[in-house]
Formats: sequence, structure tokens, C-alpha cells
Amino acid sequence: MNNDWELVIGLEVHAQLKTESKLFSSSPNQFGSDPNSNVNFIDAGMPGMLPVMNSGCIEKAIKTGFALNFQINSYSVFERKNYFYADLPQGYQISQFEYPILTEGFVEIETENEVKKIRLERAHLEQDAGKSIHDIDPKYSFIDLNRVGTPLLEIVSYPDFNSADEVISYLTSLRQILMYIDVCDGNMQEGSLRADVNLSVKKPNAELGTRCEIKNMNSFKFIRQAIEYESKRQIQVLESGGKIDQNTLLFDTSTGETRAMRSKEFAHDYRYFPDPDLLPVHIAEDQIEKVKSTIGELPQQKLLRYVNEFKLEKDIAKIIISEKAYAEFFENLISAKLIHPKLAASWLVGDIFSFIKEKDLQIVDIADKSSKIIQLLEMIEKGTISNKVAKDILIEILQKNKEPVLLVKELGLEQVSDNEELERIVEEALIGEEDNIKKFQSGSDRVLGYFVGKCLKATKGKGNPKVINDLLIKKLK
Amino acid sequence: MPTIKEIKNQLSNKNISVQELYNVYYDKAKKSKLNSFNHLLDPEYNKENINSSQARYNEGKDLSLDGIPLGIKDLFCTKGVPTTASSKILEKFIPEYESHVTQNLLNDGSLFLGKNNCDEFAMGSSNETSFFGPVINPWKNKNNTDSQLVPGGSSGGSASAVAEGICVASIGTDTGGSIRQPASLCGVVGLKPTFGSCSRWGVVAFASSLDQAGPITNSVEDAAYLLNSISSHDPNDSTCSNHKRENFLEGVGKGFDRPITVGIPSDYLKDINSDIAEQIENTKKHLSKLNVNIVDVEFTTTDFALSTYYIIAPAEASSNLARYDGIRYGYRGCGNTLEEIYVNSRSEGFGEEVIRRILIGTYVLSAGYYDAYYRKAQKVRKLIKNDFQRIYNEVDFILTPTTPNEAFQIGEKLDPISMYMNDIFTVPTSLAGLPAISLPSGLSKNGLPLGIQLIGNYFQEKSLLQMASLLEKEFCFNE
Repeated sequence: MNNDWELVIGLEVHAQLKTESKLFSSSPNQFGSDPNSNVNFIDAGMPGMLPVMNSGCIEKAIKTGFALNFQINSYSVFERKNYFYADLPQGYQISQFEYPILTEGFVEIETENEVKKIRLERAHLEQDAGKSIHDIDPKYSFIDLNRVGTPLLEIVSYPDFNSADEVISYLTSLRQILMYIDVCDGNMQEGSLRADVNLSVKKPNAELGTRCEIKNMNSFKFIRQAIEYESKRQIQVLESGGKIDQNTLLFDTSTGETRAMRSKEFAHDYRYFPDPDLLPVHIAEDQIEKVKSTIGELPQQKLLRYVNEFKLEKDIAKIIISEKAYAEFFENLISAKLIHPKLAASWLVGDIFSFIKEKDLQIVDIADKSSKIIQLLEMIEKGTISNKVAKDILIEILQKNKEPVLLVKELGLEQVSDNEELERIVEEALIGEEDNIKKFQSGSDRVLGYFVGKCLKATKGKGNPKVINDLLIKKLK
Repeated sequence: MPTIKEIKNQLSNKNISVQELYNVYYDKAKKSKLNSFNHLLDPEYNKENINSSQARYNEGKDLSLDGIPLGIKDLFCTKGVPTTASSKILEKFIPEYESHVTQNLLNDGSLFLGKNNCDEFAMGSSNETSFFGPVINPWKNKNNTDSQLVPGGSSGGSASAVAEGICVASIGTDTGGSIRQPASLCGVVGLKPTFGSCSRWGVVAFASSLDQAGPITNSVEDAAYLLNSISSHDPNDSTCSNHKRENFLEGVGKGFDRPITVGIPSDYLKDINSDIAEQIENTKKHLSKLNVNIVDVEFTTTDFALSTYYIIAPAEASSNLARYDGIRYGYRGCGNTLEEIYVNSRSEGFGEEVIRRILIGTYVLSAGYYDAYYRKAQKVRKLIKNDFQRIYNEVDFILTPTTPNEAFQIGEKLDPISMYMNDIFTVPTSLAGLPAISLPSGLSKNGLPLGIQLIGNYFQEKSLLQMASLLEKEFCFNE
């Protein structure tokens, strides 16, 4: 990045709400159904059909309000945003405009060297449109109305970002929070979380530059690429004496470039006005309190607790809280208080995550094995088996769902901590090692390692290294 | 004309069968030359309903509207029956669902004779904007018997058909006077209930904050019968009230056991013609006979009502009618691009008045004009509501003329503003959302019917119908 220029970025994030039914109709709100199968008369914009608000969406908005430090407005209004498009059956989108449900919130993000507060201007509820498919037939366009009426919460930030890193950090954290409070499934590939990026560049201390809006991106990778491309483009235009036109842009993922979708002159006049089919939304104080009690622990609160209470290293704690499902899995492992959290954490982010990653699984796919993993970790904690053996058994559990206790017995893998047996092995190991014994006695610690190794080999890895170690020192002195 | 009660007695006493009754009305409707139906449902179509209705009479378990042949304004979606809103754009539209109001009527045993002609998308005051041609008023000017008169609008087909006696009653809709004005011009009773009394679910929308279903009947009692059926809570219409509905028949024909005050707004009477003035004077006499207190009242907002209405209603209409785009149903014009299809479907599918109102509505909502028009109109609307509430602190009902004139000739009023003036007395009530009834009160010098409008306070339909029934007896209009 050219150091003379500053980036100024604001984000509009559309989060699809995780609800049973749509915002204003009883059609199922689900992804991946057959085209036009989740569509009722309301969604299809049939004559005389009326929207009825799904109160579950209000609850999700209130939850988001708490999690993102918003002011939750007791009065908000649904308005009609009028425009014509083939995948918009009513000829208008029901959204909130003048009176949004949430105003003035913030999110704290971690940047390289500081915690930065990103201010949020507003968040409002609105309907999604359907999908137009133009690329499967040379002559016809196809319309899928399944997505029509899907509830969205549009979260609008102030232009508080100065780099792609900050944007990604914010989106990561936002996604995390929304998933924690069960407002959004966070599935970016399915479009559950999409972002519009407003970007301009300016010289330090100068007035804000003209901005361009890059529409509708649903991957962190592409958002980063788009920001990098677009900021370079704007800087180039300005440095060669040109000026930026206020355009709406699309990011072409195949070329990695942005291109104009429409210019300001062709900007829609949406003719917003309050939807006369719907009453204003009134939220009572007790409703807010009721929702508040359902929110649960947010990711940042968890992180603090893991570090302070469980004494986890921050980096490890961060990995565990990065997804709600990880944290839930972790907390399940330690819930019976049989295992030290640090032990559970290191096995989780170590061998368990590697296994999942290698097999391309989700944490939920192994959720049914957690009680066996707990048994395994217990054996490790008690010293019944060695780490090395435990690693092999873990794979057996994860792959074949076998009982760890049986496995250990079956394979004779129980760690030998029996002093008598180990004493015998140690004595045997020292036979004919007079030279090395002398070396140890004259101060060479390395020899100790050699002896431990030899003893372990004799136990086929089942000997408890600590016990062997202690015995050796005793004998050698 | 026989009343619902009388017909039900005939059916109960087996003087006539449900089938015979239906045939009588169907044959009359078929022969009618007044174009008041867009679509008639023949006896064969209704066979099942007729038979089950007859069976209930035979068992003495008849429902409140059992066997009564009704007209339904062609704005209500009726399952399996063409529903056109009298527009080319919906000419071939057959809904897969039944509106809440018509479902209520079916549940109460009534039979649908057909779909009444109306102004296109209920936009008009003379029923001349219908794609299926104008409806003719059964009344004739005695000084000019050759001319054909409008029935008023937009529920002109409903009013004409009830006045001609080809259906027992009809359900219309009223946005700015569309029930009351045609009722007045056709000499029948028309009730617009409080906004929120009847569900709008399944009614082709014109202006959502104003549209309300209501009965057009030959008597106040019939209106009460129908209101009992159509007024009910509907969770599918967020603006439909969930208060407990009274039995509206209870008060009909009974005197009040408390003193009643009727206010007459002097500002409504400023420029009225002598025919209209006579109706009001006459009504005052009858009210005095009924021991009703009459007081002069004065609104401060009346002058602004019509322009307020013609901002809010078109604004809502411009958005409500956006769904008629030729893509999923209805008329589709030719075009090579999406935009061409839109432009051609809508330009060819909508009539002139509908296009005019869509354009007005689009304009008043546009960036830069919204505050000056739409927002200001909403503020004035609030003032109009307040104005009514101020007056209702002093009175029980408000009496006004329903229309500024008698029925006029088809094709006579060409300029839209003079057409809009027809609604001058009905529009303020609509903006306030109050219930109002038009009652035939007498004849003009040309022998044409004229009506008076009684306005009640919110959800006071029961006492409004009671008051109307007392006046009805005084007017003796039907005799």
C-alpha cells in the first residue's frame, strides 16, 4: 500500500437470521431446497396478500442489539423500498429506513497493536429478494423465489476501518458473535453473511474522498482482494490526476477486479414510505429483559474466563472460542471436572483438530465421541497410559468409535508404573553399561536420556517415563 | 325489495327452495342490461352449496345468511372464480385462495351470484374506468329519460345490482367513498365500517391504510346481517382489530335509552345545491321527531381532506400495484428485455385512471418531493383525525350529505378533478378511519335518489346502525 494514502472503509453486513420461517410469511426459511418450493402466496406477491411480522425476528434483533452494544429502540417502522426486478415479486422490499430497530452500537476488534472500537450506525430488519439466474440458458433467465422474504439484519458501520486487516478482523468477530447468540448460522458460502464495502481513499488530514460501494461479497478472501484492488485503483486514478466517480461496483472473482454496476446518475429512487400493511414495532422493556436472559456468554467473555479461570494460554483459548461449537465441545470435555482444562485444551487444539482437519470434518461430526475422549483424557491425566499410546487410541476412538478402556486392555497398552517391574527393567538396562554409568556419575546428564529410552523400549513404550526416570537416578547415585 | 330476514322466513317456511330462490336471482341477473356483473356463477356451479344450504333449512339449522344470493365486488379474491379488479391486467386471473371476508360469508351459508363490476382497481367515482365497460344506474332522470346515468363508484356494480334487485345484497369496498357514494346515487344503503373491522386479506389492494370492505344493501337491517358476518379478527391482516365484535342486529329498530346528539358540520354545507340542502333539512326534521339533539359543529380541516386523500391513496396505490408486472401472473406485454416487458405489460394492462394515480403516487413519494407531499399529507391526516375526535367529545354522530350531487350521465364528467369532487363528503371519514353509513333519504327534483351520511365514532357500528335504522323508518324511502 502506498504510504501517502489512507483508506477509509465502511461496511454494510447482511446477516440472514436463523429462523424457522420468513420475515413476513410462514414459508420455511431454509437453504438448498428445490427452486420455488419455499414460496407461498405472500412471497409470490399474489393480489391481496398481506405480510404478517414474524416476532422471532424481533427477538433475534434484540439479541444482536445486546451483543453489539446497540441502543434497542422501543419504536421502529417497516417501510417499503420500491423498485422493479424480476426476483422481487411485490415490486418493493420491506425494510426499515427512518426508524430502525437498533441504533448506535460498537464492536471492539484487535488490530496488530491495539484494540480498536468500530462504531455501528444502525441495524435494521429487512426482507431478502429472490434469485435471478442468468447463466444457465442463452435465451432465458430463471427466477427462484425461495429466498424471497428471508429475514435479514443489515448492520451498518461508520467508516471506521483503515485497512483490509481491520475489515477482516471485524467480520470474523461479527460472524463469531452472531453465531454465538444463534442469530445467524454464519455460513458464508450459502450467503448467510454478505457484505457491501464502501471505500474511499484520502491523504492524511484531508477531507473524505469520493467513495465507491462494492456490493454483495460473501467470502473473506474476496473481500480482502476487492479492498486491495479497489484502493489501488482509486489511488492510481487520483495520482494520475483523475477523479473518482461515485459508483456501485461488483467484484469479479474470476479476474480479481472491480467493475461498475451502475453510476450515481442511475441510482434508484426507492421512494421509501411506511408500509401501511404493517403496524409500527413497539418493544416493551420487559420483552428486552426477557431476551437478555437468553443470550449466554459472548466470545470475548469466554476468552477472558478461559484465560483467567482455566489458565489457558491466550492463543489456545482464542482458537477454542473462535467457533461456538468448539467452545461447547471443550466445555463438555471438562464439565465433569475430571480433567484439567489445560490438558483438554491442548488435546483439543492439537490432535483432535488435526484429525478433523485431515478428514475434512466439522466438530459436530465427532460430538458423539466426546464421552470416550473424556475417558481417554482421564487415563492420560492419571498416568494410566502414555501420551504416545494416547495418540494412537484417540485415532481409534475417532475413527472406529471404540471404547478407550477396552482398547487399552485389549492391546495391553496400560502404562507400566509398577515399581517392582520397572525396577527389574532398570536393573537389566544397566547391565554391561559400566562406561555410561561412569559418564553419568562424572556429570553427564545426556546419558540419563539414553537410559530412559532404553528402558522405555524394553517396556514397548508402556513404561511410565517419570517413574523410570526417578528409578534410574536412584540406582545411578 | 325483500330483506334478508324476509327471504330467510320464506326459505324456512318452505314457500320457496334455495334452488328456486337462486334461479330467480340468477335469471334476473342474466337478463340485466346494466353491466353490473363481470362474472356470473350459474346454478350448476353453486349446486353443492345450494344443496347443503337447503339441507340445513330442512333440519332447521340454517346459518345466518343461509341461501342468500350475494354479489361480490370483483376486488375480493374468490377461490377458483375469476377475480379481475375490472382490469385488463387481471383479466384472466383466477385466485387459488378465498379472501377472509368472502370466506366468512361462505361460512355463514350465503351463495355467491357472481362478481360485481367496479372501477378498475377501485379507482373511480362513476364505475366508468372498468375494463369491462361502465355500469348503468337503474334509476332514470325523470326529466331526461333517454340518458344513462352512472351508478357512482367504485362499487358501482354492487350498488346498481342491489338497486335493480338482481342480488339481495353485495359486498363492496370503500377507500374514499366507494361504498357510500354509489349507494347514495343508487338509492341503497352502504356502510363503510371502521378501518380494521374487516380483514383486507385477499382483497386486491388499492390504498392499504384506507381500504375497507362493507355491505351495500336494501335496508339497514340487511347491512347489520352482513356486517355480523364479514367483521371478524384475522391474524393474517396486521391492521385488523382484535376487539370483540358485537351483534350488530341487536340495536336495529330499537330506540335509544340515552339522549343522542347529532352534529351537523356547517363547513360541509357551504356550497351545496338545493337538492342536497333539502335532504339535510328534511333529515333534521326527522331527527327532531326522534328527540335527537342537533348541534352545529365546525371542522377546521375539511378543505384539506380531498387533496390529502389524493396524495396518500395514490402513493399507496403506486406501490401496491407494482406487483402487476406481467412476470408471474396477469397480462404480459411483449418485450425483448425485462424493462420492455414491464413497460408494455403495465402500459397496456392498466387503464388511464390507474396510470394517472400510479404516476401521482410515484411523484409524491419521490426524493425531494416526499416531505412536501407525502409527509405533509400524513400530518394533515393526523389533524383530520384529531378534528373528528374533538367533535366526538360533544356528539354521538355526525350528519352530512353523502354526495354533492345526484347521479350524472355516463361520459359527462371528463376532467378528473371534477370527478374527484364527488368524494368530498366521504373522504374525510376515510382518512380518519371512522365508520359511516349512507342512507337513502329522498329524491332530487329530477327524481333521482340522494343519500345522507351518518358518521359514528371508532367501532361504534352497532349504535350507528341503530341510529340509521330509526332514520330509515322515518324516511320511508323504500315505500
